[in-house]
Amino acid sequence: MANPIEQFEIKTLVPLGKIGGTEIAFTNSALFMVGAVALITIGLTAATARRSLVPGRFQAGAEVLYEFVAKTLREAAGHDAMQFFPLVFSLFTFVLTCNLLGLVPGFFTVTSHVIVTASLALLVIGTVIVAGFVKHGFHFLGLFVPSGVPFWLLPFMIVIEVVSFLSRPISLSLRLFANMLAGHIALKVFAGFIVSLGALAASGGVTGILGVAGATLPLAMAVGLTALEFLVAALQAYVFTILTCIYLHDALHPGH
Amino acid sequence: MAHPDERTERSDEKPAERSQADLSARLKQLDDRLDRATGSGRSDDADKASHPMSNQGALGQAFRLSAEFVSGVIAGGALGLIVDKVFGSAPWGLIICLVLGFGAGLLNLARASGAFPGRGQKG
Repeated sequence: MANPIEQFEIKTLVPLGKIGGTEIAFTNSALFMVGAVALITIGLTAATARRSLVPGRFQAGAEVLYEFVAKTLREAAGHDAMQFFPLVFSLFTFVLTCNLLGLVPGFFTVTSHVIVTASLALLVIGTVIVAGFVKHGFHFLGLFVPSGVPFWLLPFMIVIEVVSFLSRPISLSLRLFANMLAGHIALKVFAGFIVSLGALAASGGVTGILGVAGATLPLAMAVGLTALEFLVAALQAYVFTILTCIYLHDALHPGH
Repeated sequence: MAHPDERTERSDEKPAERSQADLSARLKQLDDRLDRATGSGRSDDADKASHPMSNQGALGQAFRLSAEFVSGVIAGGALGLIVDKVFGSAPWGLIICLVLGFGAGLLNLARASGAFPGRGQKG
């Protein structure tokens, strides 16, 4: 049976030399990241090239994408958060495109590597911290002081709030990465069942009949899982975006 | 032509005026219905946006909540390891920070599930 982890292997495509003891290379992961960015850029540029009052098919699609992200950001973080729209829109389109590209058979799923999602989450949290301090100075630290807590509990609560804040980038990256990893492994495992039970079917006789029946079940499962994976890919991109918006809300309006 | 204000009230008028009154009444009704339809549509969307995780099924919720909890513990553990390394207080930093991380995980859980009206799940 095919190894279900094999699809996540990083392969060096173009070695670029070494920094210290670490090899720097253009890998298949980098290739698909560049591909996703190129796809987004070219797609959106082409869609908005002919800005007509009555949008065509692609322009309407681009407008729906814009409206969707703008609405999410406004509702979750308020109108003054629109200054972060470029960041949020880039994150959403990048994650969504990477997730969906990963569903094409044989393609590499960039977001199934924790290093990628963790970098994105650190970017978000870094933005939140910098924006919070720039906008509110040390009042931003009021974020860690919960209201309506008895004073003798306050030191504990502040420490726990700080740890909770530190856990945000972890949960943000963990969720996206775990969903993509688990989904792709499940798909691969069920697809592997089809092949091995299909081989049984070729042997003929009673085991052949059993093999046909046994191979049909995982095939149905794989079809269903593929549909579910499309849902998960879009949903996780949305969850990543809305959590980014909620954290940005904290940066802009700390201390409630 | 009737006075604009009287259009909708008076029904026993000349046919032309009556039809115009009819028309304006119908237009108004249509407007109301449109308002209601779009208004309710909007509030539906707002509901979905404020509970983005509520309609993704049990598995999605389990994934989300477990990630919240585990990330709290991981953050606490990492913090403990750093504290131990900096202050050379092994293993006390790890022990205390793991417990704090457990607390932070529970706080995350309570917030994510909406059981606790705190920050982080404002929507």
